[in-house]
Amino acid sequence: MISNPSLPATLRAPSPGWGTDFIANLGRAARSPGLPAADEIGYVCSLEYVEAATGACRPRPEASMSLADLANPTRFLAFAGRLIPWLAGLTLVLFIAGLALVAHSPADYLQGETVRIMYIHVPAAWLSMLTYSIMAIAALGTLVWRHPLADVAARAAAPIGATFTALALVTGSLWGRPMWGTYWEWDARLTSVLVLFIMYLGLIALWRTIEDPTRGARAAAILILVGSVNLPIIKFSVDWWNTLHQPASVFRLGGPTIDATMLIPLAAMALAFTSLLVTLHLAAMRNEILRRRIRALGLTAAGAIR
Amino acid sequence: MIAVLGPYAGFILLSYGAAALATFGLTVWIVLDHRRLSNTLAALEARGVTRRSARAAARLAPETPLETQA
Repeated sequence: MISNPSLPATLRAPSPGWGTDFIANLGRAARSPGLPAADEIGYVCSLEYVEAATGACRPRPEASMSLADLANPTRFLAFAGRLIPWLAGLTLVLFIAGLALVAHSPADYLQGETVRIMYIHVPAAWLSMLTYSIMAIAALGTLVWRHPLADVAARAAAPIGATFTALALVTGSLWGRPMWGTYWEWDARLTSVLVLFIMYLGLIALWRTIEDPTRGARAAAILILVGSVNLPIIKFSVDWWNTLHQPASVFRLGGPTIDATMLIPLAAMALAFTSLLVTLHLAAMRNEILRRRIRALGLTAAGAIR
Repeated sequence: MIAVLGPYAGFILLSYGAAALATFGLTVWIVLDHRRLSNTLAALEARGVTRRSARAAARLAPETPLETQA
């Protein structure tokens, strides 16, 4: 236990349930001038693991690589740096395989060749929801564990999610014009996905509005969780309301209604897009950590001048 | 190619064009952002701007292992 007299009393004396309080108090202490224990993105680690030379939170020496270790930003940067090239290569291979399967897939008996739009529309739509789900889990990480890396994950995912949602809307419109006779219809599925897109944009705007990442994190996390009510609405909109959009044909009770000659290329493209999401998200998280490190260094430099 | 894709070839090609634009656009943006951020960080460190946590940790206990402070 730490009994350094320079620390506030809340950090010196253990209290009932001190584990949680201790970490929370460390967080407060770390924001006070002259007190250690938070690194450049506000990550708090136990004091005995602060690297004296660099100030980084060093990993526990006896532990093997685990999820808890990845929560250390310095370790996460090293992990991401090793993994991103492999993931990028895997994504490229998956896209080549997926597009080859799409090229050899048959035309639909009703839609004709236009069915090929589905091989990008459906994965994009899935990923628009998957990305928001990742953000919702990250928002829980921000609010429950108050871990800044959770906010880094959510913030890095938002532009990627917004892009996939826009792609789903655009390709859906381009499919809708020849097949439905209209680019847009205010039906429940289309409208709820448009709301999802606006949510993404709103969240990006919110993060950019609040300059302090710690304060912005909590506000964004609350908005993410409120917005997550839209996810089941999107999923079940085709069942709850009489929509122009077709009901689920892959993830449904009774199994997929699509023939294997189309289901396999669709699954391959979905896998390729998911791999792309994981790669880009890791890379964007790495960027966000660097951005916060630069911000912290900039504040330090400004403070030194003053 | 366009003839093979039938009467709605334009819509199909536009969709794939949009997908290519979205994926390449995101990738290029993230790669360039990483390059810019790495350069900025390197420039700051070259100017001797050190991390707050580094100075704070050194100030707290430069020699004494914290485990022994109980």
